[in-house]
Amino acid sequence: MAELTTRTIAELRDGFRAGDFSAREIAESYNAAVAAAKSLNAYTVETPNDALAAAEVADRTRGQGGSLAGIPLGIKDLFATKGVDTTAGSHILQGFKPTYESTVTANLRKAGAGMLGKLNMDEFAMGSSNETSHYGPVISPWRRQGSNVGLTPGGSSGGSAAAVAAQIAPGATGTDTGGSIRQPAAFAGICGIKPTYGRCSRWGIVAFASSLDQAGAMGRTVRDCAIMLEAMAGFDPKDSTSLDLPVPQWEASLSSSLAGKRVGIPKEYRIDGVPAEINALWDQGIEWLKDAGATPVEISLPHTKYALPTYYIIAPAEASSNLARYDGVRYGLREEGVKTLDDMYAATRAAGFGEEVKRRIMIGTYVLSAGFYDAYFTKAQRVRALIKQDFRKAFESCDVILTPTAPSAAFGIGETTDPLAMYLNDVFAVPASLAGLPAMSVPGGLDAQGLPLGLHLIGNELDEQMVLNASLAIEERAGFTARPEKWW
Amino acid sequence: MSVTNDQVRHIAKLARIAMSDEELERLLPELNNILGWVEQLGEVNTDGIEPLTAVIDQKLRLREDAITDGDVRDDVLANAPDAQHGFFAVPKVIE
Repeated sequence: MAELTTRTIAELRDGFRAGDFSAREIAESYNAAVAAAKSLNAYTVETPNDALAAAEVADRTRGQGGSLAGIPLGIKDLFATKGVDTTAGSHILQGFKPTYESTVTANLRKAGAGMLGKLNMDEFAMGSSNETSHYGPVISPWRRQGSNVGLTPGGSSGGSAAAVAAQIAPGATGTDTGGSIRQPAAFAGICGIKPTYGRCSRWGIVAFASSLDQAGAMGRTVRDCAIMLEAMAGFDPKDSTSLDLPVPQWEASLSSSLAGKRVGIPKEYRIDGVPAEINALWDQGIEWLKDAGATPVEISLPHTKYALPTYYIIAPAEASSNLARYDGVRYGLREEGVKTLDDMYAATRAAGFGEEVKRRIMIGTYVLSAGFYDAYFTKAQRVRALIKQDFRKAFESCDVILTPTAPSAAFGIGETTDPLAMYLNDVFAVPASLAGLPAMSVPGGLDAQGLPLGLHLIGNELDEQMVLNASLAIEERAGFTARPEKWW
Repeated sequence: MSVTNDQVRHIAKLARIAMSDEELERLLPELNNILGWVEQLGEVNTDGIEPLTAVIDQKLRLREDAITDGDVRDDVLANAPDAQHGFFAVPKVIE
């Protein structure tokens, strides 16, 4: 039943429960689609037997299974999966097979989900184009009209975005440190939500920048993201920043009626150099939310322009500290043939890390070093407090914020070589990350070249529901049904 | 503030990443570009602003002082490049 791969998670779940098809049929359809899409390089490991085993359980216990019974998912390679290679896109973790399972994937398994495989990503989630992966870039299923130039699916959750867009996974996990769910979701014409910091446990997720890292859901529809996120989230005593709160029933509470809601439009997000099409889509988004009953209000987030430089101090600082664990002793790569322990560390890390990861470790080490700590790191944490304060004030006069997701559509592989230019991809995504807020990208339309553009909704702390509801209102009005033409 | 070649060499040493002269040479302008760009934070008046420590306000939890995990030596060693006699093995550090 090849057409099973065209259905949403909600449709698969309901059809499976109604007995229209078996979980095995779903798993087999997806396993076949995954095996036939190798040219996208979206998966680094395929686990068809895992998907089949979960399907078998689902078929045996039909009617009593969890919310994702019978649904096979793609898992970003940042999540530790027991007995299955977990590389974080890095050479230094090549061959690493965790002896434990991350809390988020364990939660998904508890809900009945199976795993189709591990999804390619930028090395240690550091990148916006998937080009920093040691295992080669993911190729987006989308192409510009009349062109066969390979495009990036965005990053760092590029494998996840490409897999969902190409219908080789009904949904996928992602992680977002500074836009790594939302920017690829926008590039690939799918939905992606990052919840409030602390909703999803970080336990068993390879750490990049611990004060920013947050797992989230990527799917074809807003509803699918709500279903997945509900299964992923929840208090975990093993993560000291996990929020000890019940998980709301996000799916059951979905409503696109926004009467009485105010949508904040931050004037500082009208920045130079953004294509007119993106600003036009933003204006269209305002109209759609008005149509759903909401009232637009202009808001000010005065420290917006400082968010990216703040991020590029804090994230590398935390990364340099987190990545100190890759020492060639406990797991992963070890370079032999050097004499001393110190030389072994340095040789292993030189061979195991890619250029962008080294660059960020170097920046992070510098800004944390004696004599510079206050000037860079403490200063950035002060500006971060101001950015947080901006949002706190803004949410006194609005319920949700609407912006574009990214300042461009997907670009070609190899087109952006300057690190700073690459960092600018996350100009709209990073402020919400620094403030720990829930945020989502939802497809809005296509640009003149036929590539997807996303709209970005930012909610107040713990108000994922508002983000989902506003996204749903846009989804219903945008009528985004465009699909990449199959070439792979 | 820009960094010098010697400083980059020192940072690489602190970060335990072996780098050739050519790599250091290439990294120098890249790091200076990024550091020059982040320096715009100097424009922001942060007098009297406490550095942010927790992005979502919450108390650090205390847990019962009880053993909840352990006895997994072989699991811990399973991915070691060199495990011997139940330990991680490293190049000789004492002559």
